[in-house]
Amino acid sequence: MRYARPETSTEASRLLATEPGLARVLAGGTDLLVQLKAGMTEPDLIVDIKGLPGIAGITREAGGFRIGAAVPNQAMGEDKALVAAWPGVVEAASLIGSTQVQGRATIIGNLCNASPAGDSVPALAAADAVARISGPNGERDVPALDVAVSPGKTRLAKGEFVTSIFLPARPANSGDAYLRFIPRTEMDIAVCSAGVNLVLDASGTITAARVALGAVAPVVLLVEAAAAAIIGSKLDDAALARLAKAAEAACRPISDKRGTIEFRTEVAGVLARRAATIAYARARAAK
Amino acid sequence: MSAIAVTTTVNGDPVQFLTDPGETLLDVLRYKLNLMGAKEGCGTGDCGSCTVTLNGRIVCSCLVLGAEVDGAEIGTIEGLADGPNLHPLQQAFIDHAALQCGICTPGILVASKTLLDRNPDPSEEEIRYWLAGNLCRCTGYDKIIRAVQAAAATMRGA
Repeated sequence: MRYARPETSTEASRLLATEPGLARVLAGGTDLLVQLKAGMTEPDLIVDIKGLPGIAGITREAGGFRIGAAVPNQAMGEDKALVAAWPGVVEAASLIGSTQVQGRATIIGNLCNASPAGDSVPALAAADAVARISGPNGERDVPALDVAVSPGKTRLAKGEFVTSIFLPARPANSGDAYLRFIPRTEMDIAVCSAGVNLVLDASGTITAARVALGAVAPVVLLVEAAAAAIIGSKLDDAALARLAKAAEAACRPISDKRGTIEFRTEVAGVLARRAATIAYARARAAK
Repeated sequence: MSAIAVTTTVNGDPVQFLTDPGETLLDVLRYKLNLMGAKEGCGTGDCGSCTVTLNGRIVCSCLVLGAEVDGAEIGTIEGLADGPNLHPLQQAFIDHAALQCGICTPGILVASKTLLDRNPDPSEEEIRYWLAGNLCRCTGYDKIIRAVQAAAATMRGA
C-alpha cells in the first residue's frame, strides 16, 4: 500500500484515475481505517485529500455555506452562523460517533460511505444540499441525495471524489431539524431517522417542505408525498397525521437486529412528525 | 513499500520519524517514539484508550495514519504533567480513586483536559457526553465524573 498527499484536486483525480489497483480517498479516516483494520478493504493507494487548498474550511458563498471535505463535524458545530442557518444539518453531523470521532469524521465521508443509516444524509437531502465532485473531466455538481445508489455504493466514477458540500442560502421564515431513533443515548447507528426542512410565509403557512427518511430503504429517501401532505398547512394535527402516514407509506425497510420492518415504519412516521414540529418552531423563530 | 519521512510536533517538541503507509499514529507513538501512555484497546475507534490531541481536537490515534500528521501538533498524556507536578486532573483522579486498572485513564485524562480547556465548568451531563467515547470497564464512571468536576473546580480557583 502507498500513501499520497496531493496538493491540487487535479493531481488527486489523476492519482485516483490512473491507479491500476484499488485507490481509496482518505479525509477523516473514521470509516477507512476501521475497514483497513478489519481487512474489509485492501487498497493499493491511499489518497489523503487534506492537503488540497480550501478543503478544510467552511466558506460563505452566495448567501449559503460551502463545507470542505476535510471539515470535521466538530468544526461545523463551532460555526455559529452555520448552526443558526442549518441547525438540523449540524445536529445530524454532531450525532455521529464520540467526541474523538467528531474531531475527524466528515459529512462528506458520511455521504460517500453510502450507508442508508448515515446520520447526516437525511438532513443534507432535506436541505437540498449539493455535492461538488472533482474528477478527471473537471468539476460537476450533483444533489447530495443522489451520491449514494445502494448500500456502500456511490455514483462516483473512477478518479472522482467529493470536494465540498454546498448548503444554499436560507429564505426568511425557514428551519430544519433531524431526529434519529437509537436504543442508547449516544454513539449508535440510527435504527431509523428523519430530516425535515420547512419554509413558511409570514402568517406561518408552510410554502415549501422537504422530508427525508434514513435507514428505511437501501438509500436515504426524499418523500415528496410527505412534503405535499403539509405544504399549505400551519402544521396542525391533521397535517401532522397526514405527514406521518405519508412517511410510513414510503418506507421499505429490512428487519435486522436493530429493528423490524414494522418498528422502523412506525417510528419513521413518529420521527417525521416530531422533526417537522421542531423545524416549524425554528422557522417561526427565524427572521 | 517505501518509508515516509514525517516531521511533527509532539507535546511541544519537534519530532521526526519514518513510517509505513499503513502504520497508525498509535503505533508510531508507542513503538517509534516510545510514548506508551496511549493504549490500544479496540483498535477501531470505539474505546478511546488511544486518545490524543491532533491540532487541538481529540482523536483516536488508532484511526489516524502516522503519515497524516506531517506538520501537525500532537498532544499525549506524557505532556499533561508539568515536570514533576501533576496536572490537577491527574491529582483529582488519584484523590477520587477514579481509576482501577488504568488502561483507559490516559485517554480519559487527555479527553477531559480538552473539555476543561473549552468549558471550565461543565455539567455532569456535558462531562458524560464528552467522555462517551472513553470506555472504562472498572469504575462505573461515577468516580471519573466526580474527579473531572473536582479538577474543574480546582482549575477555576487556581
